[in-house]
Amino acid sequence: MNSSGGFWYMGGYARYVWPCIGFACLVLVWNLWSARRYLAAAKIRAARALAMVASEAQ
Amino acid sequence: MTVGVWEAFWLIVHREMRLSFRRPEQLLQPLVFFLIVTTLFPLGLSLQLSLLRDISPGVLWVAALLSSLLSLDSLFKSDADDGTLEQLALSGQGLTVIVVAKTVAHWLVTGLALVLVSPIVGTALGIPTDAFATMLLSLALGTLTLSWLGAIGAGLTIGLRRGNVLLSLIVLPLAMPLLIFGAGATDRAISGTSAMGALYLLAALCVFTCTLAPFAAAAALRITLE
Amino acid sequence: MWTWFYKLASPPYVYGVAAALMPWFLGVAILTIGYGLIGGLVFAPPDYQQGDAFRIIYVHVPSAWMSEFVYTTMAVAGAIALIWRIKVGHAVAAASAPIGASFTLAALVTGSMWGKPMWGTYWAWDPRLTSELILLFLYVGVMSLRSAFEDPARGDRAAALLAIVGAVNVPIIHYSVVWWNSLHQAATVAKLGKPSIAGSMLWPLLSMFVGFMLFYGAVLCLRLQGEVLNRERQSAWVREAIKS
Repeated sequence: MNSSGGFWYMGGYARYVWPCIGFACLVLVWNLWSARRYLAAAKIRAARALAMVASEAQ
Repeated sequence: MTVGVWEAFWLIVHREMRLSFRRPEQLLQPLVFFLIVTTLFPLGLSLQLSLLRDISPGVLWVAALLSSLLSLDSLFKSDADDGTLEQLALSGQGLTVIVVAKTVAHWLVTGLALVLVSPIVGTALGIPTDAFATMLLSLALGTLTLSWLGAIGAGLTIGLRRGNVLLSLIVLPLAMPLLIFGAGATDRAISGTSAMGALYLLAALCVFTCTLAPFAAAAALRITLE
Repeated sequence: MWTWFYKLASPPYVYGVAAALMPWFLGVAILTIGYGLIGGLVFAPPDYQQGDAFRIIYVHVPSAWMSEFVYTTMAVAGAIALIWRIKVGHAVAAASAPIGASFTLAALVTGSMWGKPMWGTYWAWDPRLTSELILLFLYVGVMSLRSAFEDPARGDRAAALLAIVGAVNVPIIHYSVVWWNSLHQAATVAKLGKPSIAGSMLWPLLSMFVGFMLFYGAVLCLRLQGEVLNRERQSAWVREAIKS
């Protein structure tokens, strides 16, 4: 268990520990968000390319 | 009449040297840049010569690094522009020989020139003369390694928009260990301790790079020329 | 057995596998990271020397490990693509690069914040920190090189070559604490034999390792789908694939 001062206090090191955890979580969330966006954009571009091919074929 | 590998090597080196000396101003540019950059530090820091000595190995090496980067542009670009590079590639000699010859010739006119100018720069930065031997040796090994790293980078970035910036972005991270050992060797020589450890590591880096880089640079050219 | 391996070279197959695996990777990743964080932040006892500051280890070390692992994956995928001309390899490499760069940044930032209370400084130019910083530059270089080419196939090949050349840096990072007198701590977990860390501290850390690896797998699946689509836009199978 934590040393005295409670969970959020982190034994006096709170201003180092919590930003670290926060930054790491931020990186993880960014990765997911960014990857989802990338895939969505790729799907849109693919749909557009296919639509162009279809209209050219007509 | 087929040309042997050594013959091809010397032919290309000879050609590169002759082309370089046809425009002597082009040869002087990296050297002048070297001198100017090393001047910037004392001017910017306005230190006494004795204090400048402490930072001089780093300043010397950073300046040599930047000057080498500047000159790398000429390694493949002009040949790529007028189609000579493709002709060389098709010549049947194998890209590796061509790359080795071009890089060696390039080092002879740029890296070696930097090494020869370095005593002047060293004096300007307050490096004591008994450290000169280490300084010259470390710069010779370092610039050779740098020419090879630059050959890989140049091979990858021929003909790209803003290729110069990208070249620096690619080569400088690879050159950082070189900088650490090279400046470290000169630094130790200045402070009087033995620089042999750093020099051995520098030599090891040089041998490692000289052995593997030709294949990487040839592969880079193959990718670009395809 | 080899047919499975050959199938992996097929873009539509890889697309389908990635789409199917992603939720599983993500789900287990969230569970293991959750356990790791709770175990590390709440239940593990404070360190004898570092107090509660040591808890940064639960994000710093997995990030640093991933930065090296992802780079190696990127270089190997690039090498496979170059040597055997398997385009999916380029897709894996391209997908991995931003993920690895973000882990490297996380390692540097969390390490820096850990350094302040422990060593008194946010930064030191010691071998481990310097080579990790070089790794970040290498990631940026690979990504920049890939995007600088107008022909994406050529860009892929150039980036693969650069990744392979830069792979020399990874063993340097890893062994820098062995070869040099470094400010940075030497290996505590990856040593063979008995790790020099208490069990209640160790298990959440191992869980974070597993969680981060699975998380990379999940994000890789997402990005890989995108990369494959971008490279195979013209192909017939894409029409069905993007309907989902």
